[in-house]
Amino acid sequence: MIKNKINYSQRKYVIGSIFILVAFILLIKLFIIQIIDSSYKQSSENNTLRYITQYPSRGKIYDRNGKLLVYNDAVYDLMVVPNQVKNIDTLSFCKLLNINDSIFNIYMNKAKKYSRITPSIFISQITKEEYGRIAEMLYHYPGFYFQTRSIRQYPTPIAAHTLGSIGEVTKPEMERDPYYQLGDYIGKSGIEKYYEKELRGTKGLKITVVDVHNREKERFMNGAYDTLPEAGTDIILGLDADLQAYGEYLMSGKTGSIVAIEPTTGQILAMVTSPTYDPNELVGRKRGMRYSELLNDPDKPLINRAISGTYPPGSTFKMINGLVSLESGVITANTAYPCHGPESAPIKCTHHHSSPVRLYDAIENSCNPYFWQAFQDMMNSKRFENQKEAFQFWYNQVTSFGLGRAFKSDIPFTVSGNIPKKEFYDKIYRGVWNAMTVRSLSIGQGEILVTPLQLANVAAAIGNEGYYYEPHYIKSFSNNDTVAFEKHVIDIKQKHFKDVKKGMQSVFEGEHGTARMSYIPGITVGGKTGTAENPHGPDHSIFMAFAPVENPQIAIAVVVENAGFGSTWAAPIASLMIEKYIRDNVTRPNVEKRVLTINETAK
Amino acid sequence: MRSKTIIGKIDIWLVIIYLALTTIGLLSIYAAAVNEAHPHIYDFSQNYGKQLLFIGVSLLVGFIILLIDAKFFNAFAYVFYGFSIVCLLLVLVVGSKISGSTSWIQLGPISFQPSEFAKFGTALALAHFLGKLDTDITKFKTQLTAYGIVFLPMLLVLAQGDAGSASVFIIFLLVLYREGMGGKILIIGLVAATLFILTLCVSKWYMMIGLVVLYAIFLLLIDRTKKNIWLLTGILIAACAFVFSVDFAFNHVLKQHQRTRINIILGKEHDIKGVGYNLNQSMIAIGSGGFSGKGYLNGTMTKYNFVPEQHTDFIFCTVGEESGFVGCFVLISLYLALILRIMHLAERQRSPFSRIYGYGIACIFFFHFAINIGMTIGLVPVIGIPLPFLSYGGSSLLMFSMMIFVFLKQDANRMNIL
Repeated sequence: MIKNKINYSQRKYVIGSIFILVAFILLIKLFIIQIIDSSYKQSSENNTLRYITQYPSRGKIYDRNGKLLVYNDAVYDLMVVPNQVKNIDTLSFCKLLNINDSIFNIYMNKAKKYSRITPSIFISQITKEEYGRIAEMLYHYPGFYFQTRSIRQYPTPIAAHTLGSIGEVTKPEMERDPYYQLGDYIGKSGIEKYYEKELRGTKGLKITVVDVHNREKERFMNGAYDTLPEAGTDIILGLDADLQAYGEYLMSGKTGSIVAIEPTTGQILAMVTSPTYDPNELVGRKRGMRYSELLNDPDKPLINRAISGTYPPGSTFKMINGLVSLESGVITANTAYPCHGPESAPIKCTHHHSSPVRLYDAIENSCNPYFWQAFQDMMNSKRFENQKEAFQFWYNQVTSFGLGRAFKSDIPFTVSGNIPKKEFYDKIYRGVWNAMTVRSLSIGQGEILVTPLQLANVAAAIGNEGYYYEPHYIKSFSNNDTVAFEKHVIDIKQKHFKDVKKGMQSVFEGEHGTARMSYIPGITVGGKTGTAENPHGPDHSIFMAFAPVENPQIAIAVVVENAGFGSTWAAPIASLMIEKYIRDNVTRPNVEKRVLTINETAK
Repeated sequence: MRSKTIIGKIDIWLVIIYLALTTIGLLSIYAAAVNEAHPHIYDFSQNYGKQLLFIGVSLLVGFIILLIDAKFFNAFAYVFYGFSIVCLLLVLVVGSKISGSTSWIQLGPISFQPSEFAKFGTALALAHFLGKLDTDITKFKTQLTAYGIVFLPMLLVLAQGDAGSASVFIIFLLVLYREGMGGKILIIGLVAATLFILTLCVSKWYMMIGLVVLYAIFLLLIDRTKKNIWLLTGILIAACAFVFSVDFAFNHVLKQHQRTRINIILGKEHDIKGVGYNLNQSMIAIGSGGFSGKGYLNGTMTKYNFVPEQHTDFIFCTVGEESGFVGCFVLISLYLALILRIMHLAERQRSPFSRIYGYGIACIFFFHFAINIGMTIGLVPVIGIPLPFLSYGGSSLLMFSMMIFVFLKQDANRMNIL
């Protein structure tokens, strides 16, 4: 084995030297940080470090005109580190805090259960006044200290559902994101939840040296390891606070909702759901109790009807049916159908007008037979291979308005409503069905269900003559960052939209227009009434509109549950909202008064 | 019979050092992770209880190894190696992800890290290959094969995203050096390391200018024969290529967290709340230990969980805080004694396999010990490799123990080899 091998064993000295040298370097560094550099040491064995979380101020929320909707107010949490609590006079401490000793023990055990060595909240959200009194005496009680927190405040008690609320993190939330610690606050609903990451900011950390008398002596290492909290980003909503407040005022005492959208951007101008609640009620220590009260309220004020209430659209759906028939090429705006009034079959007309009618008059008079015949002609048209193909065309067009699906935006929990698929009818009619079978669809009844948000969006799409943005709350962040939302273009020719808009304008301005009582002098409005049959009780009053017709600035949908005709209830509310938004004041006090007194009597 | 007298022949010093280190490890894990609700060290629901269990298993496996024929590990070296390669491949397919890298295989309740086993397998295979009578290390082909044995598992571990464990394999170059590989390799390695660090610190373009200036100076100084000029030009090109590939690797191959760790060590980034947090907490803990420490179980920093990963990769913090510089000195001396003792024993082996294997494990222990402690005191980037015998974890403890016991067996058997 020796052959031509040289003996390399001398190299063990090189290798050994490397090993010893490296060990020596480690020891030198250790000597430096452990013995020479005193900055790493704590001044005394008895001192302890206190890690105080510096909470950033949560981002504020403004309306589109810069009006403050949500801000922060300081409260104080009394913190405890159980292992540092030594020899305290429990009796006097309880007296100071206005609690009895059994509650003291409950709180203490809860804190111990979380951790003996890291701080946890002993009593949360102590007001400024109480804080002053307690803080003075706190040096008697080692292990306890105060930490500043902020709670949300609402200058005007509006838009509770849109803004949402914050609450203490739950265990699953902490597990999902390690940023959160026990006792932290997190957005639970609405804007607060969706924009949590932007609003919350970044927590900071202050490390102080605390002596045995519970006094904070100095910053640990002069604050070298402290981090500053970064405030959250402010958010500017598309919401118009005045319009929102006015909407809530008009809807007070009744059940239903109003959704107003800026058609050119898709921003929500107002979203009213009634009954509602004061957002200030879900703040601070009273949140838990008040929340369960609201949850058990038979009127269900926690439900946001604007996004999760589904209704048959009734006659408001005739606009879409008209557009689909026009686009299919089966009818033109000048096609006329006869109407035999109450004698019409299979669907009768509830309005009195001349016959035959064209599209404009049919919209103005909400003529059922016209839309049934147009729907029937489209279904039977030779342009399609068969009725099911025609139905698929209808389905595709209808859903392109954002119906039958939930919106993907910062509006959480939007529901999809329902637009029936042909597979659905194949199933219930075992494959054998035709226009006659599904005739209710022609007048917006049957299986169709929409939410007020979807209806307002349809109004926006028609007002825009063929496009809409996914409806959303946010306008921008305070740092001018914006969020992009999808633009949807509807595959229907613009001229058809113009025809339908003309008909919708005569709903207000025409001699027989169903909303002529709600006409606003000086503002052109296109709208459509709807009366949705409701199997559970009286009909729902529905209205959708946009204004001004030429260049819409607002699109709106109003639903008043169990209130009867669209023309008597929802239409005047919509017209008041439009006037309020465009003109900033209402010139028809009699209409306003009527809307409000009607509510009184309805109640 | 051999098996009767084996106890008498094993190196008692190595055994004592081994037991001392595992005991210090257990006590440190207890100090770092003690849970007041479960104060007993043998409470198997807690990490220290589990570590006690791992020590028991390791001793049992070690005892079995002592009973196995000494030739077994030489004869089956390639089998161990092959098995570890298969496991490394397997982990890429079915591995479970723990803290960013896919390096664990889950077998029912047991999970283990094939990269730990691969170090052992590689040490055996390298020793077997170089220890064969007909192996001539001066031949290029031999060297290439030796590199292949080392770099294959290294690349596979790298593919798991575990750059820390992969870097361990570099240390086998020291073994090759001991066995006669050209001494230039260490110089080249040193130059490469210097270039590497400089490239990360200053821009690659400045590096280029510097290299060209150096080239010009050398050109003026040397005999300008044709051969020398070509050689110097070749070195310049190689150095430039190296600088560029380091720059590329740093910016495109390494992950952001690895870049950040390196930048913190180089002083280019200060990040106290993020990645730097571990390091700062760790240095505060160790630094606050002072000369003689705060006393066992009295470390405030470590006990209050201010140091993350404290019972695994940052276990040295507990030692530093609670037993101070004295304790660190003792611990480092113990490691140095372990490594030098293995080297000493390796040199007295008659069989090249045993010698090379001894050097292999000495180097592995050295790398782990130096890098792990170096990272807790801010000398090297935070690389997640365990401190042998101290860090909590079954896979690593068992592997390190097997390495020791296989060597003990080889050493006890050395007189039986002609």
